[in-house]
Amino acid sequence: MDSWKRNKAVFFILSLPATVWLVAFFVVPLGFVWVLSFGEKVGIIGIEITWTLDNYGRALDPLYLGIVWQSMWIAGLTTAICLVVGFPVAMAISFAPGRWKAILLLLVILPFWTNLLIRTYALIAVLRTRGYVNASLEWLWEGGREVLGLVGLAWVLGERFEPLELLYSHAAVVYGLVYVHLPFMVLPLYAALERLDKSYIEASLDLGAGQWRTFFAVTVPMAMPGIVSGVIITFIPALGSFLTPTLLGGPDSQMIGNIIERQFKAANDWPFGAALSFLLMYVTFGALALRAAYAARGRGLAEA
Amino acid sequence: MAAGRRRAPAGPLDYGRRLWLQIAVGATLLFLYAPIVTLMAFSFNDSRRNIVWRGFTTDWYVRAWHNDRLFEAFTNSLLIACAATVLSIVVGTTVAIALWRFRFPGKPVFEGLMALPIVIPEICMGVAMLVFFARIDWPTDLPWPLNLSAIVIAHTAFCFPFTAIVVRARLIGFDRRLEEAARDLGAGEWQTCRDVILPYLRPGIIAGGLLAFTLSLDDFVITFFTAGPETVTFPVQVYSMVRFSVTPEVNAASTALIVITVFLTVLAMTVQSPWRQQGGG
Repeated sequence: MDSWKRNKAVFFILSLPATVWLVAFFVVPLGFVWVLSFGEKVGIIGIEITWTLDNYGRALDPLYLGIVWQSMWIAGLTTAICLVVGFPVAMAISFAPGRWKAILLLLVILPFWTNLLIRTYALIAVLRTRGYVNASLEWLWEGGREVLGLVGLAWVLGERFEPLELLYSHAAVVYGLVYVHLPFMVLPLYAALERLDKSYIEASLDLGAGQWRTFFAVTVPMAMPGIVSGVIITFIPALGSFLTPTLLGGPDSQMIGNIIERQFKAANDWPFGAALSFLLMYVTFGALALRAAYAARGRGLAEA
Repeated sequence: MAAGRRRAPAGPLDYGRRLWLQIAVGATLLFLYAPIVTLMAFSFNDSRRNIVWRGFTTDWYVRAWHNDRLFEAFTNSLLIACAATVLSIVVGTTVAIALWRFRFPGKPVFEGLMALPIVIPEICMGVAMLVFFARIDWPTDLPWPLNLSAIVIAHTAFCFPFTAIVVRARLIGFDRRLEEAARDLGAGEWQTCRDVILPYLRPGIIAGGLLAFTLSLDDFVITFFTAGPETVTFPVQVYSMVRFSVTPEVNAASTALIVITVFLTVLAMTVQSPWRQQGGG
C-alpha cells in the first residue's frame, strides 16, 4: 500500500467523487437534521433554531416513552427469535457439503433482495382474515365437521367458521419483522461458523462432552463475534422499522419509526421528528461502539 | 481436511445429515418462501377474490401493464435505478481503488463514515434527505425526468458504499506485480488503470453495479421521504395500493419485480461467484 503523498494527483482524483458525495449528500443532510433537532416551531411552517433541548425532553413524555419502550421490546423479541431460528440454519449451511452450501446460502440471501414492501404485502395476503391461512383452516374445518358429523360430534367445531385474526397486532409485527430480518442474522452467523476451527468441536466430542454441552461450551462462545454482529444488524433496522408496523400492526402497535414519519408528514413537527430520529442514531452509534469494543477485546485475547 | 470424515456415515460433525437440522432448515425455507410463492402463484389466478384457485390466466399482467399509474411508476423506478447504478459504479469503484492503494491520515474514520449509510436505520436516512432537499430548496417542479434527480442522489448515497465493498473485495486478490509490470513497460497511471486494473475489476464492478441496481429498485422508505407528492416510484405506488386492498393486479406487478430482482441477484452472484474463490483462499 502506498502513502497518499507518493502520488497526490491520483489520490485526489480517486477519492474526490466519494468524498464529495459522502459530505454533500450524507454528512450535510444528517447535520441539518441534527441542527433541526434543537429547533422550535414558529407558526405553522416556520422553524427557528434556538438550541433548545425541549424536543429531546418530549421523547421522555410518558406517551412517547411508552412507544420507545414498546419499539425496544418488539425489536428485542424479533432479534431473539431470529437468533434462535437462524443459528441452526447457519450451522446447517456451514456444515453442509460444498454444493449444498452454495445453494442454501443463495436460498437464504434471495428473499433479502426481494422488495421489503412486496414481502410485507405477501404476508398480508397470507395472514388476513380472508387470506390463504384462514382459507386453508376453513377447508380443514369443513372437513373436520363432516368427519365429526359422522359420529354426531359436529357441534364441537361450532356452527360457523370463525376466521383467526392474524393481522394487526403486536404478534403480526414481530412475525413480519422476523420474516424480513432473518437473512440479516443468518449471514453473519454463517460467516462466523465458517471461520471457526471445527477440530475444536471434534475435540470436545472426542473428550466425552455431549452434543448439547459442546454446542454451548464450544460452538456458541467461538461463534460469539458472529452472534454480536448478527444481533446488532438485526436489532438496529428492526428498531427503526416503519413499514412493517404500519402495514401489519394494529392501532396500538406503533414504533418509533411511525412517530417519526408522522412528525414529518401529518403532524408537521419537524424539530421533534429530527430529535427522535437522532435518538435512533445515538442508539445505532452505541451499538456500533459496543461491537467495536467487543472486536477489540477479541483481538486482544487472540494476541495474548 | 475433514472431507474424508464427512463422507463416513453419520460422523459426529455431520450436522448436515441430522434429521432435526434438516427439518429446521426446511421449515425456515418454507417460512421464507411460502408467502412469496403464494403471491406469485395467485397472480395467475382467474379470480378477483384471489383466494380460491379458479384457473390460469395472464389477465392481471395485461391489466397491470395498462394501468397508467403503475406503468409510470415502474418506468420511473427503472430509470432511477439505472442512473443510481451508473453513479454508484463511478463513485464506488474510484473510492475502492483509492482505499486499496493508499494509506492516508484519517483512513479508519473515512472507512467508518462510508459504512454509515449502510448501518443507520433507513428512516434516519430518509428523514435526512427530506430535510436536506427542503432546506436547499431543491426545485420540485422540474420536468420529467429531472424531477427524479433528488431520488437518484439519495439512492446513490446509500448504494455506492455497497458497490465499493464488492469492488474492494475483488481488489484483494489483485496481483500488484501486474501493475508494476505495466509501469515498467512504460504505461502511465491512466493506461495502467484502464488496461490492467479495470479489466481485472470487471466482474466486481458488474456485481457491485447489479447490487446497486437491485437496492435502488427495492427501496421504499428512503424514496417515500425523498419523493415529492407528484413523483411516484413502483414501491411507493404499490404502498398506496396495498393500503386499500389486496388485488391480483398488485400480485402481478410484484411478481414482475421479484423476477427482475431474483434474476439480477443470481446474475451478480454468478459473476462474482464467491464460493469459486473460496476454494482457493
